[in-house]
Amino acid sequence: MNGSTSNAVGIEICAGPFDELPENIGRLLVYENHQIALFRLGDNKIRAIANQCPHKQGPLVDGLVSGDFVFCPLHDWKIHMGNGVVQAPDVGCVHSYPAVVKDGNVFVSLPESL
Amino acid sequence: MKQKLVMIGNGMAGVNTIEQLIKLNPNKYEITIFGAEPYPNYNRILLSSVLAGDVGMKDITINDWDWYENNQIRLLTGQRVIEIDTKKQTVKSNLGAIVHYDEMIIATGSSPFMLPVPGAEREGVIAFRDIKDCETMIQTSKKYKNAVVIGGGLLGLEAARGLLNLNMNVKVVHLHDYLMERQLDEVAGKMLRSELEAQGMEFLMKKQTEQIIGKSRVSAIRFTDGHTVETDLVVMAVGIKPNVELAKEAGIAVNRGIVVDDDMRTNVPNISAVGECAEHRGIAYGLVAPLWEQGAVLSKRLAGIETAPYEGSILSTKLKISGVDVFSVGDFNEKPGTKTIRVHDEWRGIYKKFMLRENQIVGAVLYGDTSDSSKILQLVKLGSQMTEQLHAQLTGVGASPTGSSLDLVKAMNDEEIICGCNGVSKGVICSAIQNNGLTTVGQIKDCTTASRSCGGCKPLVQQLLELTNGDTGSDLVIKEGICGCTDKTRDEIVEAIRTMHLTTIKETIHVLGWKSEGGCPKCRPALNYFLSMVHPEDYEDHRDSRVANERRHANIQKDGTFSVVPRMYGGVTTPQDLRKIADVAEQFNVPLVKVTGGQRLDLLGVKKEDLPKMWEALDMPSGYAYGKSLRTVKTCVGSTFCRFGTQDAMGMGIKMEKRFERLDTPAKVKMAVSGCPRNCAEATIKDFGVVAIDGGWELHVGGNGGLKVRITDVITRVKTEEEVLEWAGAFVQYYREHANWNERTSEWVGRVGLASIQEALATEEQRHVLNARLDVTLSKVKDPWKADLEKRDELEKRYESIKAQLVGEL
Repeated sequence: MNGSTSNAVGIEICAGPFDELPENIGRLLVYENHQIALFRLGDNKIRAIANQCPHKQGPLVDGLVSGDFVFCPLHDWKIHMGNGVVQAPDVGCVHSYPAVVKDGNVFVSLPESL
Repeated sequence: MKQKLVMIGNGMAGVNTIEQLIKLNPNKYEITIFGAEPYPNYNRILLSSVLAGDVGMKDITINDWDWYENNQIRLLTGQRVIEIDTKKQTVKSNLGAIVHYDEMIIATGSSPFMLPVPGAEREGVIAFRDIKDCETMIQTSKKYKNAVVIGGGLLGLEAARGLLNLNMNVKVVHLHDYLMERQLDEVAGKMLRSELEAQGMEFLMKKQTEQIIGKSRVSAIRFTDGHTVETDLVVMAVGIKPNVELAKEAGIAVNRGIVVDDDMRTNVPNISAVGECAEHRGIAYGLVAPLWEQGAVLSKRLAGIETAPYEGSILSTKLKISGVDVFSVGDFNEKPGTKTIRVHDEWRGIYKKFMLRENQIVGAVLYGDTSDSSKILQLVKLGSQMTEQLHAQLTGVGASPTGSSLDLVKAMNDEEIICGCNGVSKGVICSAIQNNGLTTVGQIKDCTTASRSCGGCKPLVQQLLELTNGDTGSDLVIKEGICGCTDKTRDEIVEAIRTMHLTTIKETIHVLGWKSEGGCPKCRPALNYFLSMVHPEDYEDHRDSRVANERRHANIQKDGTFSVVPRMYGGVTTPQDLRKIADVAEQFNVPLVKVTGGQRLDLLGVKKEDLPKMWEALDMPSGYAYGKSLRTVKTCVGSTFCRFGTQDAMGMGIKMEKRFERLDTPAKVKMAVSGCPRNCAEATIKDFGVVAIDGGWELHVGGNGGLKVRITDVITRVKTEEEVLEWAGAFVQYYREHANWNERTSEWVGRVGLASIQEALATEEQRHVLNARLDVTLSKVKDPWKADLEKRDELEKRYESIKAQLVGEL
């Protein structure tokens, strides 16, 4: 990142308390110019993907959540929230970010190259 | 002091006139009605149903005794008026009663015409006209076997069908060489005959009755050609003659009927005539529709309300025999200067003929498929011009989604786009079908995305499937589930929710064995709706299963911003509200303010986190511009300001919008109210349209001005605003309970047919039951903006983004 001289592969950001996330409804996480769709799933898992559908840049954060998938609200593209892969018959991929819950807070890793 | 109104006759035409008059001006008259039959007013056209055993006397009573009493009408039944004194303005009954009148209506109706042949007075020779005739037929059928009906017209055939139902052997004697020659052309008349023969009727055509033979009771009929037929019962249904004797003796001008002018006045002051006894411009009508039209004019004049004159009626006919669908309207016989469109499908037993004069639709005959009859009646009444689109709709050539237009898709190039939303061409679809052995539209959708978005191309995709799979196509039609997650149809799912009492989406998905555990954006919102529709009182809305628009109570735009549309009931606003909207737009830097097609204002380009703040600042109800729900009720100015308006369109529209707002429906619902038939609110392309007509409202359903334009069907005409609301509520609830998810009323009405909906809404009781269920749902709805604002602590979670904090490098 700016001014960084280390060999770091990326940075870690905190999205605040896990409890502040509504279940199965996305919430937008903003860091500098990153727009990340955060999802708290039914089984208390956390998922983070870029908030932009590869089709027409639809805001995935507003999509309908079904299991490990989110459907883009604009044209129903189906995207796996774990690996970001768009499901057939459509093709494509969105960036997915590693996300974890530690001591009740949510942490997301951003790779340096982004 | 009230004026005295006397009516002679207690039949449908007269009592309908009185009923309208009371509604228009309840206190003007003190009303006395003389009725010869010992019954209150009943629906004579349903006598055939009484005969068929479908209904009892109580069911066909239109106005029961209470109605007369509640409206303070003196009803004198079993008394005949024997004299009218036009000088003293009094009438005298056979029991000696003398009643003075200021205004009088003669509504004496007509009598069956009995052939003046020798033997016509014998026992067992009757007409088919009143309750007594029905009772005679029923009694006769218990002792005797054979019946002859003289007359193969509307009434004769309905009588014959009734006698068949009573297990009699029925022969119909007809003078002409085909049946119903006054209502049908030769082709339809002959098709009708074969159908009725298949039902068990025998026909003796081109026969004239000469004599009725028997001792005291009839035993046979002889015809002029010398032929005789044995029978135990003769029903004469050869026509009617207006009852004019009383009028004639009083010196009132009479031809075939009592002569009336365009205001329904006779030549004697203060005496009017209406119904089958009246003759207008040389015609004495014997069907029911003209009687209503005459009554509408007469009641208004008597109420002291200005009215257009009665200028005659366009006749239409429907035969009430099950298994037989015939309809005719207007001028349907070929004449010099007319053009004919004819569709005759002998395999299906369908015949349609449309008559054009200088391209104007002037008449039609339908046999076998009368589903378009109400539309055609409207077209003829309005004097509509034939267009390419109408032609396709009416004849079924060119626009039908089924087999007949396979040629159309066949002729398309492989490059032609079938699915405009997703840009899928014919070639892509066909090769996907071939290469992957696809057999359903659903599979094609999953494989190619065609028909996934708006679904408008589904019929074309279906045709490509049939075309590609050839003859085997029809065998391969596999039941299609509501989405890729299940094979279950809408009806199976709703049935399961009801009978197994499923209460949550999760449970439903689990019990019905969904293929994908979490469902998809097609089935989840559908299940959420079905569950709330079946269990309105205790189902809790599942917000995660609503699509983005409904979850955020705003319309998501292509850039991820939202739009905000507050309610503007009936499109009517105030300077204060406009000022408030303008202030809010400035305060939140709204980039675009647009007037919508539904007569309200749309604030576009709103950031998600600003939504709740704007709602709070607006402090107006949500307009539900984002929902599968009532959108708007569009109105014209109506009688409030417009010089043509006949009714208060804005007031009606506002009442409707207030009654139905916030209701979940299978797809969006748009309504409109026009204050006169000029229809400036475009009510004939709405899901539920209301058009003011003289003295009432015409109710339209199943219109669509969007993706697939469809003109409404007229479902009924009513007189009061309360009735409009009653019908609208019943229609909306019936739609809620029966339509597929995401199926607009236009598609639904087209799919199930107007007749089935009319049947479900036919009686007041049916409509009340539907409205009662609707009320349960409506009692639970809340304004979604206010509801969200009340949960302050949830607002941030729902609408605001999180600003992340840097923790460190990895």
